[in-house]
Amino acid sequence: MTRSREWLYAWLLLLPATVLLVLFTHYPAVANLWHSFFSTPKGARPATFVGLENYRTLFDDPIFWKAFANNLWYALGTIPLSIVLALVMAVWVNDRIAGRGLLRLAYFTPTILPMIAVANIWLFFYTPEYGLLEQVTGAFGLPRHNWLGSKSTALSALMVVTVWKEAGFFMIFYLAALQSMSPHLAEAAAIEGASRWYFFRRVTLPLLMPTTLFVLVNAVINAFRLVDHIVVMTRGGPDNATALLLYYIYEIGFRFWDSAYAAALTMVLLVLLGLVALAQFVFLERRTHYQ
Amino acid sequence: MSAAGPPQSARPLGGAARSAVRGGRMSTASEAGISSVYAPRGFGLALETVGAWVLGILWVLPLAYAFWTAFHPPEFSTHFVLSAPLTLDNFVKAWHAAPFARYFLNTTLLVTMVLVAQLVLVTLAAYAFARFEFPGRNVLFALVLVQLMIMPDVLIVENYRTMTALGLKDTILAIGLPYVASAFGIFLLRQTFKTVPRELDEAARVEGCTPLQTLWKVYVPLARPTYLAYALVSVSYHWNNFLWPLIITNSVESRPVTVGLQVFSAGDQGIDWSIITAATLLSTGPLLVAFLLFQRQFVQSFMRAGIR
Repeated sequence: MTRSREWLYAWLLLLPATVLLVLFTHYPAVANLWHSFFSTPKGARPATFVGLENYRTLFDDPIFWKAFANNLWYALGTIPLSIVLALVMAVWVNDRIAGRGLLRLAYFTPTILPMIAVANIWLFFYTPEYGLLEQVTGAFGLPRHNWLGSKSTALSALMVVTVWKEAGFFMIFYLAALQSMSPHLAEAAAIEGASRWYFFRRVTLPLLMPTTLFVLVNAVINAFRLVDHIVVMTRGGPDNATALLLYYIYEIGFRFWDSAYAAALTMVLLVLLGLVALAQFVFLERRTHYQ
Repeated sequence: MSAAGPPQSARPLGGAARSAVRGGRMSTASEAGISSVYAPRGFGLALETVGAWVLGILWVLPLAYAFWTAFHPPEFSTHFVLSAPLTLDNFVKAWHAAPFARYFLNTTLLVTMVLVAQLVLVTLAAYAFARFEFPGRNVLFALVLVQLMIMPDVLIVENYRTMTALGLKDTILAIGLPYVASAFGIFLLRQTFKTVPRELDEAARVEGCTPLQTLWKVYVPLARPTYLAYALVSVSYHWNNFLWPLIITNSVESRPVTVGLQVFSAGDQGIDWSIITAATLLSTGPLLVAFLLFQRQFVQSFMRAGIR
């Protein structure tokens, strides 16, 4: 093939994917910015240019700041815990303990289920009086508590669900990494007289670093992307105690139909995700080589 | 999950004997993972086993609870006695209380449509990125990678506007379309295509194959494990997807089963948990059964898809 024909061929191969990608990823990201400078059209009144008005609203909106803070706490509460649990699970099911096949299954199954179904099950689990949790705490003589209904515990109760669902997923990647490690490393370390913990800390953990970074990026994205359980379990309540950013966007955009303000809110989310991408590019790109 | 290798009951004692034995069974080395040198033993092993099982039981508890409630009459839903009679009534009631058959059909259509379209588009794009030299390749690839971070899941406001403009609101097509050009798939397949020896490619061209024929006869067959991995990940993702379908659909004819389940359980069911848990298990049933049957493929696929 001549060079120009090869170019043409490649572009044609890319055309269908590019069109859809631009239409549903790049265009909406740019259009979102554009629309965030306009007002929401109402009835016969078309959208008018309002400059930074939506961002001013956002800045003065206590619920936005609440959702923003909630989301940060949510990320902080779920990410480290699920990663540590995933690592522990992987180490355990990698060792030759009794019934590890069943354990892998137990840890991994929540990953396969839809978040919406999982949320239904946990909603029942947390139900005041009838729920399993209340029955267990009741058996120990602890006072009744509405886990999802009180401001102090609702977000934590949701974090538990997220950790439960995600840890098994991340475990898989740690398990793969552990299994691909050369046994000679351990032998060499044993000859040098390293203790098990020392070996784990100084050899295993550093070798798992690329896996940890990969899992970390995924966990961060998920913390801002997945709000299915909020829709089912709390609808952001009580008193916005469990409103996360994307959930708030959904409420503003599709329950109050204020698309312009929702666009401004989406920009915040896009900037956050952009920062994650940038951090990944700076820290991760050096270690894992996309070839 | 992965089948255990040969039982490693014999524990070699000396270092020389150990490496001699290990040399003889390198194939199981990966199964052993952190080699047996540091495998816990005695009290440590007991402690670890107990810890792992406690965590395992905690992990299945919510599911086991759901199963209990769904398979027993409502009066036993929170009353745990072994004599409780088993019943399928809750499932029957749930099935008749909402058009689940239609929801399943919609989800099946959605998942199939998305997967087929993804496979075609992703294959073509990955081939171009893996084996063609053309101006703008790096820029285009970077633009593809953007979608790994900014997924359609967060662009709901604008995509809703676009779907309205295209007149596609409340259709199964609208649920799937934003996900069809999958950056993840392009990336994954490009990696696989790059490992195909160029000699095979050139041999096919010498035989007179066009690039598309080469793709079909050389690359696609060699990438079969990647396709399987991608298909499983894609199917479970779209079977489980919820927020976007919730927004874009508004009728029984287009709702997937996740949204159907939410409409059903948030509706006027009151709080009949027996029926709601039955409906929940019903909606996840096909995926759960498939997972239990093909655990190993699922887990390996997720691994393969994750390691890049």
